[in-house]
Amino acid sequence: MTMGNCRKVAFWQGNTAVAMGAIAAGCRFYAGYPITPSTEIAEVMAEELPKVGGRFIQMEDEIGSMAAALGASVAGLKSMTATSGPGMSLKLENIGYGYMTEIPVVVVNVQRGGPSTGLPTKASQSDVMQARWGTHGDYAAIAVAPSSVQECYELTVYAFNLSERFRQPVIVLTDEIVGHMRERIEVPDPSSLTIVNRKRPTVPPSEYLPYKADPEDDVPPMASFGDGYRWYLTGITHDERGLPATANPKKCDEKVRRIIRKVMRFKDEIVRWDGEGLEDARVVVFSYGSVSRTALSAVRQMRSRGVKVGHFRPITLWPFPEEQLKACAPEAKFFVVPELNAGQMVLEVERVVGRRAEVLSITSVNGELFQPSDIARVIEEVA
Amino acid sequence: MPSKEVMSLLRESALPHIWCAGCGHGIVLHSLLRAMVDLKLDPTKTVMTSGIGCSSRIPGYVNVCSLHTTHGRSLAFATGVKLANPELTVIAAMGDGDCAAIGGNHFIHACRRNIDICAIVMNNNIYGMTGGQASPTTPEGAMSTTSPYGQLEPQFDLCKLAVGAGATYVARATVAQPKAIEGYIKKGIQKKGFAVIEVVTYCHTQFGRKNRRPRPIDNIEWLRNNSVPISKAKEMSEEELRGKIVVGEFVDIERPEYVERYLQLVEQLGGRR
Repeated sequence: MTMGNCRKVAFWQGNTAVAMGAIAAGCRFYAGYPITPSTEIAEVMAEELPKVGGRFIQMEDEIGSMAAALGASVAGLKSMTATSGPGMSLKLENIGYGYMTEIPVVVVNVQRGGPSTGLPTKASQSDVMQARWGTHGDYAAIAVAPSSVQECYELTVYAFNLSERFRQPVIVLTDEIVGHMRERIEVPDPSSLTIVNRKRPTVPPSEYLPYKADPEDDVPPMASFGDGYRWYLTGITHDERGLPATANPKKCDEKVRRIIRKVMRFKDEIVRWDGEGLEDARVVVFSYGSVSRTALSAVRQMRSRGVKVGHFRPITLWPFPEEQLKACAPEAKFFVVPELNAGQMVLEVERVVGRRAEVLSITSVNGELFQPSDIARVIEEVA
Repeated sequence: MPSKEVMSLLRESALPHIWCAGCGHGIVLHSLLRAMVDLKLDPTKTVMTSGIGCSSRIPGYVNVCSLHTTHGRSLAFATGVKLANPELTVIAAMGDGDCAAIGGNHFIHACRRNIDICAIVMNNNIYGMTGGQASPTTPEGAMSTTSPYGQLEPQFDLCKLAVGAGATYVARATVAQPKAIEGYIKKGIQKKGFAVIEVVTYCHTQFGRKNRRPRPIDNIEWLRNNSVPISKAKEMSEEELRGKIVVGEFVDIERPEYVERYLQLVEQLGGRR
């Protein structure tokens, strides 16, 4: 971002940046429940949303927060909720309802160690597979992983845009480090932001089929409750009218395949990643979120010593940047994957490059961060 | 025969309904539709939410803005809808398991918050859709597939619960009193606040067959013979009231409504309502 588009420079924590990014993206409804380390997002929303005519509500539990956010979105407001591990587990059923009924909503998971209560005040990346597969059934997840306070802001805006465009829940996967870390952020001028709003129906109410998708993008236009269209939403597998179609295998097949296709056919437009030193790299470090800060430091250290090592950072974890990873470093013989979990995204890396290169996993599950030397040591061993 | 106006509120494409022939839920549906006709509700500004269960299919049959959600979450979704667009009339349908078991937390907090939603609890004392398991309102001693030796747990009194938790309109009627249901629903919808209408209905298929009331008419008669108006109940002992259904209006009070308070805050802060 150029300073020309910058409204002000601030010193924020990641959680604040997520909240402010959401409001800039047009979020006007937030429902939440206190949980460490995400609570500040709710606190900022409670303070800021009424000032812009939005609504904040502290619900009685995580399940209710997810439900209220979805309900508000059907009533026409861009909506968000935020939580962490245990809360995310509770929200999952209703996130699935969002996939099935095609309701845009943004869900922030400030990851902490698990399973269960785990490490409430320590960072983790152990929910990355949950973000992909957490709720039951088949669907295509979209999840972004900010690694800085600046990205917390920008990727929350991006998450709203994707959610509105594809009419489905989008997950922002930060962690305790990114969420609580304070650093410089250049807050963009709102007019410089690209804002996407959901497609509205153009047909008269009598002709509206709420789940009849436009062939060019497989996304059906969405009416809001109260704007003249009467329609029926149900979590039961349904036809174009929204009515239960469980006795019609063809309709059921069409529905489930379409909600996957509407995302996957545009995955190259959704996917974001960045890289450094990949052209001639023999070793690639693959890392995301807060860990990429440590990893990049190790990579630069080793580069300065003449080691041909590069860094690949997926910014969207889901859809996984498969083609991009495959093509990024033709010379690479080793992929090193440091993660704050017992080895999750490394499975994707193995799937994509495992036939042509050796994939090494570095894991941490004790709440402690990596030192650059932990990663540098592995690079050195294989270089 | 239902009136033309009532018929026009049905979502014909969603019919036939899934309910068993003779199910009490049909009486609730008809009473609700008559109330809606009488209040001249604009269907495009009316939202019906529900959770999961036989009762929760009701929004599908009413041609309004219908949100059939997850088990127990009717009120939580309804809360989001109402707060997001206060112009909408929001009616939240629930079953007894839906409302008092899996959704119990949302129920007490909606009462406490006093949000302008009309909740209709269709209490048939059983999980009917899944084949007749005991619910929090299954009477002690009653037979169900998960209380094969008789229900050991005491039942919830949903109206007492709602009154205790702060609802501002609470009424109960049985499906033997369709006019009363209609009247209470009308008042509940008009109430600026959280209204609870418990309709005691029946499931002859899953409850009645195991409890000596296998035909619809057995249940209607049982409900009629075992209902006690609230005025009379006040003069009866706890012992005399055992196994009886107290019907009538339990509470009709005024208390600040949540969405209105929130909008006042927005105005104070200079936000656009």
